[in-house]
Amino acid sequence: MKSALPIATVVLAILAIWYVAAALMNASLQRDLFANSGQAHYSTQELIVGSLNMERPKLPAPHQVASELYKLVFATPPTSKRSLVYHGVITLEETLIGFAIGSALGIGLAVLIVSMRWLDRSMMPWIVASQTVPIIALAPMIVVILNQFNITGIAPKAAIAAYLSFFPVTVGMVKGFRSPDPLQLDLMRTYSATRAQTFLKLRAPAGAPFFFASMKIAAAAALVGAVVAEVTKSEDGGLGARLLAGSYYGQTVQIWAALFVAAALSAALVGLIGVIGRIAQRRMAFSS
Amino acid sequence: MTSGRLANLLPPIAFGLAVLAIWEAGVRLFHVPAIILPPPSAIAMRLATSVPTLAADFNQTIRGVLAGYAIGSLAGFVIAVLIDRSQFLQRGLMPIGNLVSALPIVGIAPIMVMWFGFDWQSKAAVAAVMTFFPMLVNTVAGLEAPGAIERDLMRSYTASGPQTLEKLRLPAALPFIFNALKLNTTLALIGAIVAEFFGTPIVGMGFRISTEASRLDLDVVWAETLLAAITGSALFFGIAWLERRVTFWRPAFQSTTEKEMR
Repeated sequence: MKSALPIATVVLAILAIWYVAAALMNASLQRDLFANSGQAHYSTQELIVGSLNMERPKLPAPHQVASELYKLVFATPPTSKRSLVYHGVITLEETLIGFAIGSALGIGLAVLIVSMRWLDRSMMPWIVASQTVPIIALAPMIVVILNQFNITGIAPKAAIAAYLSFFPVTVGMVKGFRSPDPLQLDLMRTYSATRAQTFLKLRAPAGAPFFFASMKIAAAAALVGAVVAEVTKSEDGGLGARLLAGSYYGQTVQIWAALFVAAALSAALVGLIGVIGRIAQRRMAFSS
Repeated sequence: MTSGRLANLLPPIAFGLAVLAIWEAGVRLFHVPAIILPPPSAIAMRLATSVPTLAADFNQTIRGVLAGYAIGSLAGFVIAVLIDRSQFLQRGLMPIGNLVSALPIVGIAPIMVMWFGFDWQSKAAVAAVMTFFPMLVNTVAGLEAPGAIERDLMRSYTASGPQTLEKLRLPAALPFIFNALKLNTTLALIGAIVAEFFGTPIVGMGFRISTEASRLDLDVVWAETLLAAITGSALFFGIAWLERRVTFWRPAFQSTTEKEMR
């Protein structure tokens, strides 16, 4: 808790910088606005207040984003297509489905790789190399291909979310399953444990910290995948679709609001996994 | 050593070739239409015939990638060194930095396109923001890496703060910094490509991928993706090579990389 004060200070500083930046960046737009409305004389105060309350600012002020968030999250019925709850739920669904499928496949492949030497030697370099590749570039194509099979709606986006969360989970879990040191593996051998027993009693528990670390990365990656996929196919809604619509129509406040909802979703997912991880590790008494 | 390395390379190469062969044979045998999955040979043909387009796209995108990568990484590093003296700022900034690293930052792409226009500058801005936080967090962690004994030694030499920073803590932070640099190559590329989905002068890898995908020209998309993959790997391994040259003193280096690759 001793970091509460520093964090609060930094947040306040960010808000202050944000306000100053908003005033500076929007000032010229506001000057044009005054000029167009024939208002030749205006005080600096009027200029600043105007800059911070524009309808289509370059950079909306924090209170504008906050009120837009309030309007679109709480004051709009969640069934409305303008509601960010409506779009957030779509994105969350895609993210969760993709995350579940991607992590399950990733863990499954990690188990195979750890238990089969030829898979390890032939496939692992490709999986490691895939970490350096911007796999998100494939998102538009996956949407199109699945579209060919009449798979539309949330499925293509969930597929991309799954695909993005798959690789980090595989890499992380292979590391985790390999984390027991040779002494411990030797001990299992002296117990004449079978491979399955070694896996269940040693490798799997040893992989737990890696599991939660991988899950965090996978959840964040799945959300990015879902949002980007929504950008490439925006008819079905979702936060990415709101971003794109906002950028088409110059609705900057709406973009920021959608962005904040996406950020909150990501933070909530990662935070939740973190909490579960801490509880699990305390139960398993890892923190010895 | 060379024969050992060759033996390590053989299985993945064989695996890759097997995948390509199955892909090619499967597409031909089952007459899979090219709008679902083009055969590798068609992609290779496309790659060979559209070199000018690919070169132009690469040229456009790489500018945003490199500029953003350099700006973001450098800014993250400088801020990390600046806040190094202040425990207060570190305690305030680190949780926020860690939080932001987990957020979908690519979402700022439409805002950056509005601010900096359609050209590569807006892509560089997205890449810069995406690369900033990993570098900040890693550098701060790296500067804390030296143990109490090393610090005590510096103190017994009556080394000043800047001297300790230069002789002990910065070198000790190098592995962390390189870690961020490697991570950032992928992030910068992702940032630039995704930003191109939101608007470009009609050239660039992300632009080509999204437009050709909607026109069902999948062999172009595959060729472009392959180019992106090669670019990403080249950047990554370039930094990895640099790391090996610069942090040659790191005792566990050779063995850890081999372990990672295993």
